[in-house]
Amino acid sequence: MSERPPVVTGAPPEQEGKTPLLEIRAVKVGFRGRQGLIAGLAGKQTAVAQAVDGVNLTVAPGEIVALAGESGCGKTTLARTIMGLQRPQEGQILIDGMPIGTKTHDLRAYRKRVQLVFQDPAAALNPRQTIYESVAEGLRVHKVGGDEEELVSAALSKAGLRPPERFFLLYPHEVSGGQRQRVVIAGALALEPDLLVADEPVSALDASVRGEILRLLLKLRDELGLAIIVVTHDLGLAWMIASRVAVMYLGRIVEIAPAEKILREPKHPYTQALLSVVREKKGLERIVLSGEPPDPTRIPPGCRFHPRCQLIASGEAARLGIEERCRGEDLGLLEASPGHFVACHAIG
Amino acid sequence: MSLLEIRDLHVAYSTSAGPVPAVRGVDLDVERGQVVGLAGESGCGKSTIAGAILRLLPKETKVEGQILLDGEDILTMTWGRLRAVRWEESSIIFQGAMHGLDPVKRVGEQIAEAILIHDPKVTEKEALTRAGELVEQVKLPARRTQDYPHELSGGQKQRIMIAMALACDPKLVIADEPTSALDVMVQAQVLDLLEDLQRDLGLSMIFITHDLSVLVGVCDRISVMYAGKIVEEGSADAVFETPKHPYTRALSSAFPEIGDERYRLLPTGLGGDPPDPMDIPSGCSFHPRCVDVFAPCPSTEPVLYDAGEGRRAACLLLDGAERAAGEG
Repeated sequence: MSERPPVVTGAPPEQEGKTPLLEIRAVKVGFRGRQGLIAGLAGKQTAVAQAVDGVNLTVAPGEIVALAGESGCGKTTLARTIMGLQRPQEGQILIDGMPIGTKTHDLRAYRKRVQLVFQDPAAALNPRQTIYESVAEGLRVHKVGGDEEELVSAALSKAGLRPPERFFLLYPHEVSGGQRQRVVIAGALALEPDLLVADEPVSALDASVRGEILRLLLKLRDELGLAIIVVTHDLGLAWMIASRVAVMYLGRIVEIAPAEKILREPKHPYTQALLSVVREKKGLERIVLSGEPPDPTRIPPGCRFHPRCQLIASGEAARLGIEERCRGEDLGLLEASPGHFVACHAIG
Repeated sequence: MSLLEIRDLHVAYSTSAGPVPAVRGVDLDVERGQVVGLAGESGCGKSTIAGAILRLLPKETKVEGQILLDGEDILTMTWGRLRAVRWEESSIIFQGAMHGLDPVKRVGEQIAEAILIHDPKVTEKEALTRAGELVEQVKLPARRTQDYPHELSGGQKQRIMIAMALACDPKLVIADEPTSALDVMVQAQVLDLLEDLQRDLGLSMIFITHDLSVLVGVCDRISVMYAGKIVEEGSADAVFETPKHPYTRALSSAFPEIGDERYRLLPTGLGGDPPDPMDIPSGCSFHPRCVDVFAPCPSTEPVLYDAGEGRRAACLLLDGAERAAGEG
């Protein structure tokens, strides 16, 4: 009944024909639940939670892509898969057009180019290690040659901790929250990556300090040409730093477009609802969806959003004559306008 | 008389390193049926105020000043009276409170327990019936009382906590970051619920959060705290839209309006951290981080100055304006 969704990468027109830095092709990641002994002996299969269910995404050099969605939408699993910490069941991840290998050696080379910035710097740093040691650790793991002290110095400077020597012997608790997050970023920069994956990089920080870290990410993009994937639930943050925004729902990207387009004129009913409840977005009628996203072991048939969709609830889908398709026909991303892709039957 | 009047409240925690001042002279009023927002970053003292109102702080903590609830000073109450005041007069919805539910008890029993403790005349059966009504009041089906916490989602658990806070018909409800741990859509659902309950029951509320943009939709008035003091207060819209204190400005621009060109690819923020309560800067405690700092700031401690339209802000720039206006 449901056909395979066409492969749409969601890349903006200016990127067409160029090799992206990172390409995610039809990636699926599922988790099998724990199973009791008796159910196992009886040969029963546990349900698979399809955390990432066929995602295509490209990231160009120097691009900041925000991956937005609520908890359970698969954004963190996707980020872990991009990091090579989670192997996809299906699909491929390519860097500079080459698939990343599965051997330890290949993965190590890949992981040096793609670095993770953790959410909570207080948890990411070893409290008993000096800042120098924390930043140098990655260099040692990856056996990077050269003068270690110089490399650590350079990384701290790039992260805005100047003069770097002043921070060498300090412990994480001796610096401010914003500076701790800079240390985490310096640790990633030491390996001279091409891509940073930042999972909620400021949500553990105090409100007044957030802007400072976001400004640093923008500066790294401008000065080093770093590409950054920011995983966040905060669309206001996406407005402040992202070039493009991908909104995820139940394991799929349901809308992707340049930030100005998607945040000003959201086309998917889910994106519209999300934006309407953010107090920072004015002039939209509040659409508070009822309930919570369903469990990824039970992805609804048809458009996965249809049980909560306001177009169905209001009868709009019936008026448009698409309701039957919403309920029965799964769909991939459709191009609503150049560079703006939406997985909704109401488009087109 | 206001429902709640806090006068010159000082709170200092006792630690092995000596007393740590967390609240340093706060005045706050909550009128009947009013929702007052208390905003500020971690360590500014906002949750300490909530703890002081319910007398939930560790017993070595030094609390000075007055907290008058319906004219009665909570700080000098006997324990017996205090037990009655808690829950019946004022109750609290904690941050991440869903983790506060007992995992091995049905949620209905947990709500009933609160009712039974405070009213010995009520039978267990009546308390359970009342629990069912409360669960419906927070817009969950009454059969949910039969569930254990793990059977509920985060948003549903937070609703149960709200039902529990309402169990003894309190006059004042303190909500300490009630939605911070929730997803945006669930957050919107819970905020809508709190607004409905507040309106229908005529509740007075103190709403505590670091996110000014959440407060602006819910509150009548907002007080912004920094380093244990209120630095700005006024009507919710005015404080959010046209902040007078440089710190409030920084807080409000941390959550800019989506679509506002001024912030597109231009995040703004302050350097440094909120001050260590053991080592609060001299003069205006905000001066080391302030973008508008000028000569008198490091030595002169500002008080709340009138900033027009029922607003007050503790910034020496306003003191100057006031004086200039007086002279002119």
